[in-house]
Amino acid sequence: MSPTLPSPPHPAKVAMMEERAGSLSTVLSVAHLRKNYGATVAVEDVSFQVDRNEIVGLLGPNGAGKTTTINMILGVLEPAAGTIHIDGVNLAEARSRALEATNFAAVYAPLPGNLTVQQNLMIFAMLYGVAKPGPRIEELLEKFDLTAFRGTKCGVLSSGEQTRVCLAKALLNHPKLLLLDEPTASLDPATAHEIRAKIRAFVGRDDTCGVLWTSHNMYEVEEVCNRVLFLSHGRILLDGDPKTLPRDYGKSTLEELFIAVAREPLALEWTEAK
Amino acid sequence: MNPRRTFAILLRHVYLLRGSPARVVPLFAWVAIDIVLWGFITKYLNSVAQSGFNFVPVLLGAVLLWDFFTRVMQGVTMAFFEDVWSRNFLNIFASPLSIVEYLSGLVLSCIMTSLVGLLAMLVLASTIFGLSFFGFGLAFVPFLSILFVFGIALGIAGSAVVLRLGPAAEWLIWPIPALVSPFAGVFYPLSTLPEWMRIVARAVPASYVFEGMRAIIAGGSGQLRSGAAMAWGAALALAYLAGAVWLFTATHRRAVRTGLIARYSSETVT
Repeated sequence: MSPTLPSPPHPAKVAMMEERAGSLSTVLSVAHLRKNYGATVAVEDVSFQVDRNEIVGLLGPNGAGKTTTINMILGVLEPAAGTIHIDGVNLAEARSRALEATNFAAVYAPLPGNLTVQQNLMIFAMLYGVAKPGPRIEELLEKFDLTAFRGTKCGVLSSGEQTRVCLAKALLNHPKLLLLDEPTASLDPATAHEIRAKIRAFVGRDDTCGVLWTSHNMYEVEEVCNRVLFLSHGRILLDGDPKTLPRDYGKSTLEELFIAVAREPLALEWTEAK
Repeated sequence: MNPRRTFAILLRHVYLLRGSPARVVPLFAWVAIDIVLWGFITKYLNSVAQSGFNFVPVLLGAVLLWDFFTRVMQGVTMAFFEDVWSRNFLNIFASPLSIVEYLSGLVLSCIMTSLVGLLAMLVLASTIFGLSFFGFGLAFVPFLSILFVFGIALGIAGSAVVLRLGPAAEWLIWPIPALVSPFAGVFYPLSTLPEWMRIVARAVPASYVFEGMRAIIAGGSGQLRSGAAMAWGAALALAYLAGAVWLFTATHRRAVRTGLIARYSSETVT
């Protein structure tokens, strides 16, 4: 089977995506996103969307532009060009309203260590406009096995426990868009498996939530994601089903494909051109 | 503006104070020590002065007002530094919280902490050293208000500097009250200063408060003049507040453009 590599988004495709930004099925629509630091381009003309009830893996080697893309979606990094719509709301025009429908967990953003688990969750519940924070916090403490730690300061928790607190915070507001940047990076395999199941259950149960998930664990990506986007040098190189994509490119596993993208993205592009 | 989000910032500070005596004690300990120290100095000066001049309202009143101003400024910066020290910027600024809501939360935290210090000072100064604030009359309200607004303005501006230059820049912020004090004329009339310092002092809202305080104690026509000066001081303080909010907003916007917010944790970020 001849490999097919999606070229940079066709204008017609992007126009369709922009139209879908306001559609009911799409929770995140990113169009023509670009970020540069002086002459260095971190993200170049990135366009994609995430639908409700869909988990999309954002993959790529270190420095590919994954975290830059996530930071732009979170509103903490201003794009040089492009638009971001969250649940149909333009992030640049109505930041607070767009972020009310969003939440995130990232290994590099632990909650303040000088506050207890419950205090942190209460503060973020208020920041994200949770109507009845008390019952919601109780529910999440139970769901993530944190009941015993409710009065413990986050700074003294193990990294796995801190990750669970971050995930509980990320689900506080029943987000329409959930951004997870390597959410299981510091967890043992058993806990990671459990966490993945919980996130999948959350997405399946709410049926309104879409997830953008970055990970370097290809097994995890295959298990969890409905679709993956491969980023390299700030561009989306591949977009497809993680279970069939490796075969489409003559690789036996997603990890092999990842390594090929990381080492030889130009070779893949050349194959496509041919 | 969403008051719940503003209240969340205040609640964060309440939680921090509740769980940490090391944060609570400095709210009143240092100002109390200042009042005790200056209280005894004024008592001594009253005993040795030939003129019968009462140093208590002039010196002790000035110390109380100046410490209040310092606590207000530090109340804002401390609440901001809590986010710096706990590396919380990404969580805070990736939430729906707006900058105005965040700054309002810092101001509410500051009101809470500075009131504790003010109360401690008022109790000590009036009960132990007989400082009567009835002598200042209603002017005590604008005195405190101007110093409060000016303290908030300097606190927000200082926070903007730390946001721009990185955590290590907090050492530039702590000495700001000490740098301002010579121009504020806390302990002496502005006429004591050389001409160039008087010009600078006219741009410092606190200088109008301390000049006004001395005019009221002196009585006579000085009181009328102090009313006009007070209005000018208040206008200046409000202008500084508007400038500080603008500075913080512009610094935050730049930090979002450059990506500084997302990676704000290193020693210096310049």
